[in-house]
Amino acid sequence: MITAPKIEYGALAPVLIVLACAVLAVLVEAFVSRRQRYVVQTSLSFAAIALGFLAVLLNKDVSGRFAEGAVAVDGVTVILQGTILIFALLGLLLIAERGFQSFTAQASALPGSADEQRALASGLQQTEVFPLTLFAVGGALLFPAANDLITLFVALEVLSLPLYLMAGLSQRRRLLSQEAGLKYFLLGAFSSAFFLFGSAFLYGYAGTTTFEGIKSVIRASPGNDMYLMVGLSMLTVGLLFKVSAAPFHSWTPDVYQGAPTPITAFMAAVTKVAAFGAILRIFYSTIGGMVWTWRPVFVVVSILTMAVGTIIAIAQKDVKRVLAYSAIAHSGFLLTGIVAFNKSGLDATLLYLATYGFTTLGTFAVVTLVRDAGGEVTDLNRWSGLGKRSPLIAGIFTLFLLALAGIPLTSGFIGKFAIFSAAYESGNISVVIAGVLASAVAAFFYIRIVVLMYFNDPQEDGTSVVIPSPVTALTIGICAVATLVLGIFPQPVINMINSLATFVAG
Amino acid sequence: MSSLTILGLLPLIGSLALFLLPKERELLAKQVALGISTVVAIAGLLLATSFDRGQVGFQFVEKYSWIPAFGINYGLGVDGMALLLILLALILTPIVILACWNEAEGGRWSVKTFFALLLILETMMVGVFAATDIFLFYLFFEAMLIPVYFLIGGYGSGERAAAAVKFLLYSLFGGLLMLASIIGLYVVSGDQLGASTFDVTELSKLSLNNQTEILLFLGFFIAFAIKAPLWPFHTWLPDAAKAATPGTSVLLLGVLDKVGTYGMIRFCLTLFPDASKQLGPTIIVLSLISIFYGAFLAIWQSNGDIKRLISYTSISHFGFITLGIFAFTAQGQSGSILYMVNHGFSTAALFLIAGWMIARRNSSKVQDFGGLQRVTPLMAWSFFIAGLSSLALPGLSSFVSEFLVLVGTFVHYPVAAVIGTLGIILAALYILIPVQRALHGPTTPGNENLKDLNVREKIAIAPVIALIIFFGFFPQILLNVINPGAQASVSALNIGGDK
Repeated sequence: MITAPKIEYGALAPVLIVLACAVLAVLVEAFVSRRQRYVVQTSLSFAAIALGFLAVLLNKDVSGRFAEGAVAVDGVTVILQGTILIFALLGLLLIAERGFQSFTAQASALPGSADEQRALASGLQQTEVFPLTLFAVGGALLFPAANDLITLFVALEVLSLPLYLMAGLSQRRRLLSQEAGLKYFLLGAFSSAFFLFGSAFLYGYAGTTTFEGIKSVIRASPGNDMYLMVGLSMLTVGLLFKVSAAPFHSWTPDVYQGAPTPITAFMAAVTKVAAFGAILRIFYSTIGGMVWTWRPVFVVVSILTMAVGTIIAIAQKDVKRVLAYSAIAHSGFLLTGIVAFNKSGLDATLLYLATYGFTTLGTFAVVTLVRDAGGEVTDLNRWSGLGKRSPLIAGIFTLFLLALAGIPLTSGFIGKFAIFSAAYESGNISVVIAGVLASAVAAFFYIRIVVLMYFNDPQEDGTSVVIPSPVTALTIGICAVATLVLGIFPQPVINMINSLATFVAG
Repeated sequence: MSSLTILGLLPLIGSLALFLLPKERELLAKQVALGISTVVAIAGLLLATSFDRGQVGFQFVEKYSWIPAFGINYGLGVDGMALLLILLALILTPIVILACWNEAEGGRWSVKTFFALLLILETMMVGVFAATDIFLFYLFFEAMLIPVYFLIGGYGSGERAAAAVKFLLYSLFGGLLMLASIIGLYVVSGDQLGASTFDVTELSKLSLNNQTEILLFLGFFIAFAIKAPLWPFHTWLPDAAKAATPGTSVLLLGVLDKVGTYGMIRFCLTLFPDASKQLGPTIIVLSLISIFYGAFLAIWQSNGDIKRLISYTSISHFGFITLGIFAFTAQGQSGSILYMVNHGFSTAALFLIAGWMIARRNSSKVQDFGGLQRVTPLMAWSFFIAGLSSLALPGLSSFVSEFLVLVGTFVHYPVAAVIGTLGIILAALYILIPVQRALHGPTTPGNENLKDLNVREKIAIAPVIALIIFFGFFPQILLNVINPGAQASVSALNIGGDK
């Protein structure tokens, strides 16, 4: 006889609310008239995020496994889900900006076709991006909470599939955008295959897909089993792809560059939090006992990622590509927190994710403002003299760049300090030294942009900073304030993370 | 008491006031900047009168918890060395503002921004020398770069942007190495003291194993050697000093570079005594190379660019300072600290007058000048006196410090002291050759109509020249403040045979 599974709706509420609203949003897309869709969709999306956040707050003291052990809700989940929802809100604010015509009028119309002309002439932008975003957020919420390989895989796909589409939605330079979407999809599918293959091996090894099942089998037979090793390596490849760690990073620059900038911002912040959340759960909690086996791999990957990200970024001439390589480098820094494998490493990783997300969202938000008649200007040479023309925006952008470079009094420094000292504490001094050297190299290309904005003369080519609409201004404002506050008074956030961040026991 | 905080905050408030002024009120901006920096200098001198010279350790101490999760405190306090360096900064700032009254006009940004940046820099200089928490020190150490970067890049001449970037990257690189060491200290202190801390006094109680100690020492030392600058970490300095306005160069060489040598005494010797002793001989060799390398380059340059020449002489002088620090004697260290102060004044005088000469003649080449003594006697004489002080002529301030450094070095490293003494001969060459070419002899074409110092310039340079002569005869006033700390610092090193 089959018993019905027991579902704890309260604990799962954040995911369920967001996904339910996503389904609703699809219906809105089908039934609400074109003119009203934008208003309905934005209100629905913001309501979903707000309700989801409320549900996360209510879960604050929950710690346990739910839905027949498929989902773990504990302090780490709560922090990660809260962070994801905040970043999703900021990302949505950017996506909801309609003044910039970021999104294609009709995604299905071929670039250059008459259909496209007609759609453009109608002056409308499609609103499918809202349900897609909500699905992605739902997947992202589930990803770090998943406590079972199958759930993890489903969450991964729910997170990734909408992103593949969203990357291709740009209204300008559509072919580039579609190429980015396709590239992301193909490589993503490849990595999913690795992930799934790895899961199959792990199932073969442990006879179960739940994390605590795998954990107890490892504990019972602490040898290096072939299936376990192969399974874990493949699973790791799949996860490292998501956080764009070298050598699985090659999709990042193209996708970051081709995707509409609001989507890039959303992706950079939300995906990173979700994916690192899952990595934390798997490597800290599930296979923490095998730290001596996996740590060397992460040391190498971390150093390689930092090196690739920072060194290649120097040669970039496009601001979005620079930021993409910077995102790769930051993945390398974050991986030092995984290498640390101690309580301070856990806290530091969570803190770093929070600080990095705000800064990167803010950076991309500023990128959306620098435009000419043809849309965003991402060629760095044309950013020269920005400090003269729009001192405020250039100043805020400088703040974000300094935070990314980890200069004191910005959140980036606190994050870096916390994560490097955690790694040092664990005795892995090599990653700390590599991290510090990489930071020095990274400072070079961040500062190059500052030099360009302040010390070069403006070019007369129509590049200008548009006055941000309230939604974008709000996003930039929140990110800038968060960057400063987390840099100067990080204590409350550190305390909160420190007291909340524990994995469910067992 | 929060006197140091107030002292540090005043210039910052002044800079905010300047930013609020309308762009066109240039004169008002200059007056406000001069007024505030003068008030701060007087306040600093008044504060110094209540400094207890007999007492070893930090005074005017403030300590507040800032980020308890990392054991970070807002901790300020000064000993004799820090107090003198703060006073040096406070005295030089109004002089620089007065001397550079019209220097900001050719800048990329408005005039008021230049003076606001100078005031921000003043706050940072107070902070960096007053910080007793290593984290806070690091913060000021890095934050200081930002105003200097804009001062060089925005208001300098020639290849100013490139020089500013070079300066920034060298310093950032050093700073990050130091950060790695700071993280190391943080973790070790957590293991040994129970709770992590950044307090210098607490951290000096750590016992590190030898390998860790050397690594951590190197992180700090390289950062300071870049700042100081010691050969082979010096290459940023001539470019930066040449590109910057004379006023910026004065603060850069006169005060900011002292952060390096200050840090060596405060952090390298105190926190890593064994590593300092092990690597001491190597650093002595580097110091000697610096002394000669800087001197030879200066002689090479003695017909060329005046600003580069002065910056090369500084590399040579910083060689003497590090020599005294790593001589591990109380005399050597006292001499080095005194040297830091004296070098601040003599370099300030040289740079300011060189700046005026260059502005009048529209050329920075020594060869374009000649016979200034007849045309502009005051300017020529001030330059001459500053130059003589720079080559350590007895009766002028630098002599005492150089003498103490060499005597102090002789105790443990007689050979190094003898070799170092030869550096003084080279100093005579690199000062006297340009002095002879530019100041003495017949007035060469193009120099006949140069104007002598005006009232503003006289007021600016007079106190500097007066101090150079005064401290030449009465160094004891400074040494009384320096000695207790230097003695305590050296005796903590536990070197046998030291008197």
